[in-house]
Amino acid sequence: MAATPPTASPSLAIRCRGVEKSYGTGDARVDALRKVDLDVSLGELLMLVGPSGCGKTTLISVLAGILDADAGEVAVLGANLRELSGPALTRWRGANVGFVFQAYNLVPTLSVEENVAIPLLLRGTPRALALARAGEVLDSVGLGARRRSAPRDLSGGQQQRVALSRALVHEPRLLVCDEPTSALDADTGHGVMELLRAHAVRPDRALVLVTHDSRIFGFADRIARMEDGCIRAVEPGRVALASEPH
Amino acid sequence: MIRIALKMLVGDRARYLGIVMGLTFAALLITQQSAIFVGLMTRTFGSITDLGQPAVWVMDPKVQFVDDVKPLQDTQLLRVRGVDGVAWAVPLYKGLLKVRLQDGAYQTCNVFGLDDATLLGGPPEMVEGTVADLRRAEGVIVDENGANGKLATLQADGSRRPLRVGDVLELNDHRAIVVGICRVSRTFQSQPVLYTTYQRATTYAPRERKLLSFVLADPMPGIAARELCDRIHAATGLLAQTADEFKTTTYGYFMKYTGIPINFGIAVLLGFVIGTAIAGQTFYNFTLDNLRHFGTLKAMGATSATLLAMILTQALVAGSIGWGLGVGGASLFGIVSRNSELAFRMPWQLLAISGGAVLFICLASALLAIRTVLRLEPAIVFRG
Repeated sequence: MAATPPTASPSLAIRCRGVEKSYGTGDARVDALRKVDLDVSLGELLMLVGPSGCGKTTLISVLAGILDADAGEVAVLGANLRELSGPALTRWRGANVGFVFQAYNLVPTLSVEENVAIPLLLRGTPRALALARAGEVLDSVGLGARRRSAPRDLSGGQQQRVALSRALVHEPRLLVCDEPTSALDADTGHGVMELLRAHAVRPDRALVLVTHDSRIFGFADRIARMEDGCIRAVEPGRVALASEPH
Repeated sequence: MIRIALKMLVGDRARYLGIVMGLTFAALLITQQSAIFVGLMTRTFGSITDLGQPAVWVMDPKVQFVDDVKPLQDTQLLRVRGVDGVAWAVPLYKGLLKVRLQDGAYQTCNVFGLDDATLLGGPPEMVEGTVADLRRAEGVIVDENGANGKLATLQADGSRRPLRVGDVLELNDHRAIVVGICRVSRTFQSQPVLYTTYQRATTYAPRERKLLSFVLADPMPGIAARELCDRIHAATGLLAQTADEFKTTTYGYFMKYTGIPINFGIAVLLGFVIGTAIAGQTFYNFTLDNLRHFGTLKAMGATSATLLAMILTQALVAGSIGWGLGVGGASLFGIVSRNSELAFRMPWQLLAISGGAVLFICLASALLAIRTVLRLEPAIVFRG
């Protein structure tokens, strides 16, 4: 295991060094990540971009602690993920990571507020408190009036706002988003990104976002371009909302 | 999270109904077929139960069940009475005799001939008349089901009138007058049951050298029935069994030498297998459909224990509802058919057995689902 401190700087949310991950064996072996080095600071919105199959999803899976790296150092929010496993890693993930998925992944048989309350319920928060907190977060994204609705009764943009509320409800310090706007039209996607910046990007929180959607590149602080399992370049984002407080 | 699990279950109406219906069907078939089986098997020893009072049945050593009568010499009664520890011993005639009805039709009946002096071993419940009425000349007591059914009199207009007190029957060319109506267990072959005195029964019976079917005995106070059986056997060489032992012997014979257990066993097994297939498959499909959601929960911090509890709760709730509906359906069947020829008996042990079977189905289905969910890579959530 790496002897180095998990994060070199207190302002660093993520520090990856030489991260490798492969799938399959023999001729079928695919190297999804090849010695990836990446730093993400607190208060930063980093976008991972690149062609399909370049390793973006594998990298955020490793960073979120839902996939083990084969080699290298993965330090996230002060924890060395390669030293955590099983229930400890699950608990760490539940406390520190929020997820936003391309397909929203809302449970269709639950109401909007129940979906949002899930991360709190998983941590043992009493149901009434969890629902109250879910209501507050839904209010903040403009969906307070729809808290009792079923997800299927909402538009795609509204469902993604519910998913964003669910990712934020337990105040995680790392938000991981996978193609959050690719299923939305330009205006709706723009609205979701504005919400993400407004609610998720804070000095004590980092946001890593995988996207193909060049329409939202302007919301990134930095953009890491991946290709063939490696990060080829990290460049400043065209910060369209530079005036937004971080 | 338990409430979330339940909402996930009942929210998917089609799958939920599929699971519950599968389990209901399994519980219904298992309980109903088993209850008919138990009812039928109970009828095999119904005449032992109905006789009630005597603790010990004495019979030919070759007797295999209660209807397998191998007559004894009358002197055996005296030998049994002479055994140390016997409080009393009385003769019992039991045989199948043809009864000629008033309309000229014949019906085979189960005839019991009771000790003339004591009338011990009489019917357990009288609907009309008393057991003592058997002392009246040519008197017989007829069971209620027989009187209303197979012994009912065909009238001139073609309708059938239940046999009543005062009606006349003919047994082997001997006149018999109905002096009472009783209520007894239905017999295995659903024949009417007639009670009369021992002497009169031997008159009705076809002439044979030996006519004593059984000797009924009771031990003196302080002597166990089993001990008395041993003493009678040692002294007379006859087979002596307690009432419970004789029931078990009779039941065992039908279990071993008839196809009844196999036939009902197959029906019960079929219910179990089909129920398992329907409920198990539907529940497994339900889990597969929700795999993405379980993956999402896993990614968001749901531990294996939480997921295990969720899936087990879903399986057990579906199982409880399915079992309740199935057992309720079987009970309803029993209530509707209680006055028919159908044998139906549902002791609490049957409920426990069907509950156990449904629990097994649920746990097996849940186990498959749990295995899939626990092996689930949470990274599945990022796949499109």
